[in-house]
Amino acid sequence: MSEPVIKCQSVYKIFGANAESMLKEANGNVDAKTFQENGCIVGVNNASFEVSKGEMLVVMGLSGSGKSTLLRCISRLTDATGGKIFIEGQDLLNLNNKELIDLRRNKMGMVFQSFALLPHKTVLENIAFPLQIKGIKTEDSINKAMDMVKLVGLDGRENYFPRELSGGQQQRVGIARSLAVEPDIWFLDEPFSALDPLIRKEMQDEFLRLQEKLQKTIMFITHDFDEALKLADRIAIMKDGIIEQLDTPANIVLNPATEYVRKFTEEVPREKVLLIKDVMDEITSDNMGDIKVSKDEIIENVAEKILTQEKTVAVTDGKNNIVGSINPAKIINTVFGGRKNNH
Amino acid sequence: MELLKKYPKLFQWLFLLAVFFALCFAIDVPETYKFIRGQAEFVKDPNQSAFVFLGKEVRYYAFDVFWRLPPLLGWLPIWINDSLFFLMNDWMPMEFWNEDTQEYKTRPLVLQITRNLTAFMTFLIELIREILLGGLETIVAFTSWDWIDANPWAELPGLPWTIVAAGSAILAYKLGGKGLALYALLSMTYISIFGQWKPSMQTLSFILVAAPLSFIFGLGLGVAAYKSKRVEKALYPILLVMQTMPQYAVLVPALVLFGVGDHAAVIITMIVAVPPMILLTLLGLRAVPPEVIEAGRMSGCSNWQLMSKVLIPTARRDILIGVNQVIMVCFSMAVISAFIGAKGLGFNLLLALNQLNIGLALEAGLCISLIAILLDKMSLAWANKQVDYFGNLNFFQRNKNSLFFGVIVIVGILLAYFGSIYFKDGYNYLFEVPHNKGISTADFWNKGVDWIFDTFFVYIKAFNTWLIVDVLQPMRALYLRMPAIATLVLVVGAGYLIGGVRSASVVCGLTLFIAFSPWWDRALVTTYMATFGVLVSCTIGFTVGTLCFQNKHSTNFMLNVCDIFQTFPSFVYLIPVMMLFGITDTSVLIAVIVYATIPATRYTIEGLRSVPAGLHDAATMSGVTKFQRLFKIEFPLAFPHMMLGLNQTIVFALFMVIIGAFIGTEDLGQYILKALSDKKGAGIGLTLGICVAFIGLIFDNLIRTWVGQRKKHLGID
Repeated sequence: MSEPVIKCQSVYKIFGANAESMLKEANGNVDAKTFQENGCIVGVNNASFEVSKGEMLVVMGLSGSGKSTLLRCISRLTDATGGKIFIEGQDLLNLNNKELIDLRRNKMGMVFQSFALLPHKTVLENIAFPLQIKGIKTEDSINKAMDMVKLVGLDGRENYFPRELSGGQQQRVGIARSLAVEPDIWFLDEPFSALDPLIRKEMQDEFLRLQEKLQKTIMFITHDFDEALKLADRIAIMKDGIIEQLDTPANIVLNPATEYVRKFTEEVPREKVLLIKDVMDEITSDNMGDIKVSKDEIIENVAEKILTQEKTVAVTDGKNNIVGSINPAKIINTVFGGRKNNH
Repeated sequence: MELLKKYPKLFQWLFLLAVFFALCFAIDVPETYKFIRGQAEFVKDPNQSAFVFLGKEVRYYAFDVFWRLPPLLGWLPIWINDSLFFLMNDWMPMEFWNEDTQEYKTRPLVLQITRNLTAFMTFLIELIREILLGGLETIVAFTSWDWIDANPWAELPGLPWTIVAAGSAILAYKLGGKGLALYALLSMTYISIFGQWKPSMQTLSFILVAAPLSFIFGLGLGVAAYKSKRVEKALYPILLVMQTMPQYAVLVPALVLFGVGDHAAVIITMIVAVPPMILLTLLGLRAVPPEVIEAGRMSGCSNWQLMSKVLIPTARRDILIGVNQVIMVCFSMAVISAFIGAKGLGFNLLLALNQLNIGLALEAGLCISLIAILLDKMSLAWANKQVDYFGNLNFFQRNKNSLFFGVIVIVGILLAYFGSIYFKDGYNYLFEVPHNKGISTADFWNKGVDWIFDTFFVYIKAFNTWLIVDVLQPMRALYLRMPAIATLVLVVGAGYLIGGVRSASVVCGLTLFIAFSPWWDRALVTTYMATFGVLVSCTIGFTVGTLCFQNKHSTNFMLNVCDIFQTFPSFVYLIPVMMLFGITDTSVLIAVIVYATIPATRYTIEGLRSVPAGLHDAATMSGVTKFQRLFKIEFPLAFPHMMLGLNQTIVFALFMVIIGAFIGTEDLGQYILKALSDKKGAGIGLTLGICVAFIGLIFDNLIRTWVGQRKKHLGID
């Protein structure tokens, strides 16, 4: 496997006057309570993970869980108190100011919750801003920005000011701006949280469409578990600065690692989240009927097909080879069973 | 006992008052006590005590320390004075090349620096003044008098008033639309027709130099303070003191450093106008959303790019409000600095007031107010104007205003040329209406004043006498009767009850400074006048504000009135009161009351307006009457903001009391005025100014601390 694009090794972020010395004393064993008694607040506590090329890691957590702080450590908007962060093999914390600016100008793009557009610039100028900062000629930057305007579907509004746009449109500008320099790494900090539910869904679909096309390496922050399930390749669930679980959506739903994670998964409509391959069994010698289902289907879409059968159904891969089996009881068990049984 | 538990604060306050009055009654007035005493009087008397500190002898009348503290700081003004003198005349003499005499000359460094600075300021002022009015100085600055003699054509001709008037109208149109343009045109025409053009343009040129310089320095320092905590910490106390320091008091030391004239006035104006600019820059930069800054950083901005392309443009509005503040301060300074010889409307106003020619004073005052309102509205319109997209406009559309101005210039010059042919009697009215040839209304006003005096003299006199004898004198006597120790206990106790040890120690320090200065009695008189003004102003302001708030239209109307009144330079308020009440304490107090009522009214309305609409609805649904709503909901919630209004009222009142010295009072302001004409006045003026500033800061500290706690308690912002 190639080198991960983002690599974190026990990253800590602690706020407070003597955070660094306290972290040294703690010797890798950071307890939020003891720190708080000494006037320090633990933002990120021992975060280690990797994101590989083209992967979308969604960091999910409630407010105050340290997810935004983690993102700001990795974009170095704030300096991590301890640990190591590598961006494409470069040690982020050892970069000098010039190298850091270079990295941001060429490799990183970021989208913000409150859009963070410049109020005195038009849509086009906002999108061209990172290009102009980089020193690209006005004409080229405007052309490039115009492409971005088309990419996010804002053509015809390029000369509007942010104040004249709706929230969804403003965030499209934010997205276009972050993509203008064609970064490899894309940070999104709760990009859709400030939008209305309907617009949010529309923007999520749009976002998936873009990602399919662009294949960026993404860190996406959200407090919405459903959003995380919908978008993520892998999800990291954070609480009090600690990553509670980092896994694929299916594994998180099926095997929550902690009580905290389990609470989130309880209400999740599994048939809408899980794929057949997540729940299928081995190939059995049972008598399988003629009906076959693809392993990449969402359960909901094929549930009726399987449940109306009395036999085990064969599961196929893309090339129509049989790779597994699934029986109706398993479907019923997945959707209705195995939850809330502890209460 | 239960009551005590229920209202612990109330009993603490009662206890404080009891101690205060006990002290007042326990300590008798010493038999030898006279109102006038201390070093400041420069009277040598064998009954005086004396001490020597840092080589300065301080003489004073000693009293029981409980009654009046000895003036332990009496050496400070003398010391400041001597140090300034030393700096200016003896420190670091160096050889400097002298252009005029073509030889090296030995001069102290500071003197050389200040002289160069003033020369530079003079050049700037003359440059703008000569663009507006015409003249030789600028050309002389680049060449020499001999060259001028040889080339008599070389003279800046000045702009005809038609061009300036039309130009200001175009600018006003661009910034604020038709209404403002009309106002600009009318007021400029008025100024010209009524023969006030020359002094008006002198004042304007003064402001056009002082305001941009203050803006640049304020912005620069504001940015520095934003970037560095250390700079901010260093600036903070200066900003705080300058907020409550009477502008008057800065004049005196500047007089020593920079001499007399417009250039000195510009430098002083900068000293006064830069602090509000710094504050608003800082405020604006702090208000930029953190995510916008992060977006800038993630776009790869260097620090410089972040400041110039992200932070400052985003904070544009607050920064331009700062410009507005700067312009307003410049205006009030343009008037006050007439005391140190700045030319223009302020000088005419001062002269007219000195001659008790109310009509002339009124004319000058009106012109100042007209220009002040114009510049105020223009800068506000600029601040509120939002950038428009202009990429899709063609050249003419984009530049129509500048093109139009070009046409105006040509037309104006042609008009002036025809004028020079048409008016053969020597005055080209299309170029400039001379001072004595304009229409003057002074006689009308003077007759009006005479008529008022003839008709109402008895009533005014009766009112005056009643106020002075029955209200002011007893109040003054009461203030002076307070033993120093009792005052100290009261102030420090209040500080402790409101803000704990921290507040108490701050307030204690400020009070002690005044108490140890030679002017404690004067400070008491200042405080008494301010207190009287504040009490009346607050009563009027809170009542008027509350009444106006009952109706949307009257609310807006009142806020507009406040806006306009606030635009008038403070000195202008003295004109009408002198018209009615002559030269008495009553005049000063009425000016104080009028001036200080503005913030009281404004903050009352704003406070009431800030009560959330949801609460109104909730109250209405609970079935409250109008009065219940006012007293149970609106007042308690608006009260913190109204207290901030009280704070402003105190500052305004103190300012006016000090300025009132011009009419004749017995307080600190009178000494500042005296110091102005005293060769050794610099130290005295500065110390007096600090005393006044500290009086303001004592109240400022107490009120702000209280408001902060109250707001936290109520959960407002």
